[in-house]
Amino acid sequence: MNKLMKFGAIAAAITAAGAVSAGTLDKVREAGELACGVSEGVPGFSNPNSDGVWVGLDADFCRAVAAAVLGDANAVRYVPLASKQKVLAVSSGQVDMTSRTTTWTMKRDSAEGVDFTAVVYYDGQGFMVSADAGISSAKEMDGATVCVTTGTTTELNLADFGRANGLSLEPVVFEGKREAVDAYASGRCDALTTDMSQLAAFRTGFSDPSAHKILPEVISKEPLSPLVAHGDNQWKDIVTWVVFGIISAEELGVTQANVADMAANSSDPSVQRMLGSSGDTGGFIGLESTWMADAISAVGNYGEIYDRNLTATLGLERGLNAQWKDGGILYAMPIR
Amino acid sequence: MSFTKRTAKPGFSVQNIGSALSQAVVLTIVLGIVYVLFTNTQENLAIRGIESGFAFLDHEAGLPIGDSLINYSPTRSYGYAFLVGILNTLFVSFLAVIFATILGVFVGIARVSHNWLLAKVAAIYVETLRNLPLLLTLFFIYSVVLAALPHPREAIELMEGVYLSKRGFYLPRPLAEAGFPVFLTAMLVAFVLGLGFWRWAASYKMRTGKPMPGFWGGLGIVVALTGIAYIATGRPISSELPVYAGFNFKGGLAMKPEFASLLIGLVLYTAAYIGENVRSGIQSVQAGQIEAANALGVSNAVVTRKVLLPQALRVTIPATTNDYASLVKNSSLAVAIGYPDMVSIGGTIIGQNGQAVEIIGMWMAVYLTINLIISLGMNYLNARVLHVER
Repeated sequence: MNKLMKFGAIAAAITAAGAVSAGTLDKVREAGELACGVSEGVPGFSNPNSDGVWVGLDADFCRAVAAAVLGDANAVRYVPLASKQKVLAVSSGQVDMTSRTTTWTMKRDSAEGVDFTAVVYYDGQGFMVSADAGISSAKEMDGATVCVTTGTTTELNLADFGRANGLSLEPVVFEGKREAVDAYASGRCDALTTDMSQLAAFRTGFSDPSAHKILPEVISKEPLSPLVAHGDNQWKDIVTWVVFGIISAEELGVTQANVADMAANSSDPSVQRMLGSSGDTGGFIGLESTWMADAISAVGNYGEIYDRNLTATLGLERGLNAQWKDGGILYAMPIR
Repeated sequence: MSFTKRTAKPGFSVQNIGSALSQAVVLTIVLGIVYVLFTNTQENLAIRGIESGFAFLDHEAGLPIGDSLINYSPTRSYGYAFLVGILNTLFVSFLAVIFATILGVFVGIARVSHNWLLAKVAAIYVETLRNLPLLLTLFFIYSVVLAALPHPREAIELMEGVYLSKRGFYLPRPLAEAGFPVFLTAMLVAFVLGLGFWRWAASYKMRTGKPMPGFWGGLGIVVALTGIAYIATGRPISSELPVYAGFNFKGGLAMKPEFASLLIGLVLYTAAYIGENVRSGIQSVQAGQIEAANALGVSNAVVTRKVLLPQALRVTIPATTNDYASLVKNSSLAVAIGYPDMVSIGGTIIGQNGQAVEIIGMWMAVYLTINLIISLGMNYLNARVLHVER
């Protein structure tokens, strides 16, 4: 009921809100904090740790934006959002942005009042089954019961995959990820489906991870990107370029540890431009010239964020998410 | 609730004009607010580039639904998917209302029973269920009780073709064979004859004063004729047994754990409230009424049926109307345990389209309609059991 009410409140906001959000930057500065929508708990992406601090790749992007905009990485108000609320919460102005495993799709981008910024993680949907189910391919799942979360592209991909391969798959659809994972763990479903990275994350949470296996098929493209409300171009530019900046920092070898030194001493013009020691790239988007230096010293570059949150805790390979020079498809637009 | 009619004062008086004016003002303000909210919403949606209107209901849904009463596939439209949700909501609410009423009546009678143990057990049941949030009860039933059942591979076989497992309750599906239409017709005829006998018996008793077992006689007619027809038409009902194959049972009828949890939870929760209504109804009947009836020397069963219950119903029915309405609304908690009710499917549609205003409007309209129908039915019942005031 609680979620339903929260949901009603967001819809009411659409009904009652005044003209939007030209001026999210001003709003954030005035509030002194960034309202950042995150998941309700996906290890490695956004999940409160034992001290109640939100950690993960998505949570770090909230911090990076707050550092670039306000100079303070801790000035973030995390707003946990269920899948079906995430788009609405941004379009209605309840949050300033989301950094929340949201797939960039045409419909959301064009007809639902939100804009995507830049991809922070290239994911794909897969299946996890119990190791003793005796199958090695998703195509052998005919008749299987599959646990899935409501309001996501995952749910649609599952139906598409079944139709395309002539498999009869019986979905059990849950409101929350936690409930879906629990139902799978208790044996209600033969398989759990969501993005590969999250399957890996949930698998590490089981008492015996080796009793579960992730099937090889990746059945969809899931480029995950932060969301902002449609119509505020300056704000969209800010979030987009913070993401590109974090990715560029890895490419240019700027790290959390050496960022101050690089800002003062680097002779690389790309580094100088990004860190504000020459020119004023921050000025293009209405921020201080130290915008990227602040963000990097708060959370580090993309590689550091990835290692800290995904490699160290979940053992995820970089794969597609390696830099373009290293065989991945991570490619930041040039900051100049 | 009193049904005495108050007739309005005829003619114009200063008072009437004043009240008419103030009502007109209030109505204007309310309509004005509604208009402003409507236009404001339209503007906001347009500014944000969000599509609005109900055109999306015709688009292909593409979403999977695990449990539906009517044939559904992801190629159907959003509107059809929503209809599946409405039917699921109606189905679970309908069954829950029936079972909660039966259980509630038992609990209420047990509460005032002279049997100390029975009364205490009923009291503990009522207090426990009423004081726990329904959501907790649902989670408990779903993830503790039903999840403890074995995997379908080791399903419990209660009798041939009836299996109990984590995947639900599977039982044989009845199939109509040749001769079924004839049998069905015969059954209907038997039913009409039985009903006719019952009514005739009642009027015979009124006319002559002699007892005539109308109900049992009617039931006997139905059972006997149906039985004869079943054999005469060559046993036209066979069954399809569920068989475990691959991942799960195939064939047969299935009651999924999500549906079962929701139904059980709603029944247990609502029955506690209905039990209290029944108890207060019974206790509201003055002891003198029962004593007077006993003094006439009729049996206890007749006293209960003709004196106690009709008077108890006057107190019980209005309170129970509210509980039925709450039950229907509470069924929306289905979303937490994975049963595809109207709210769950509507939520998915919002996730796909972002058209929250339309879907929330549709939810409101459906719940309002269901609850108005319940109110109408219950008010009709209530009017029938009310004192005829002199």
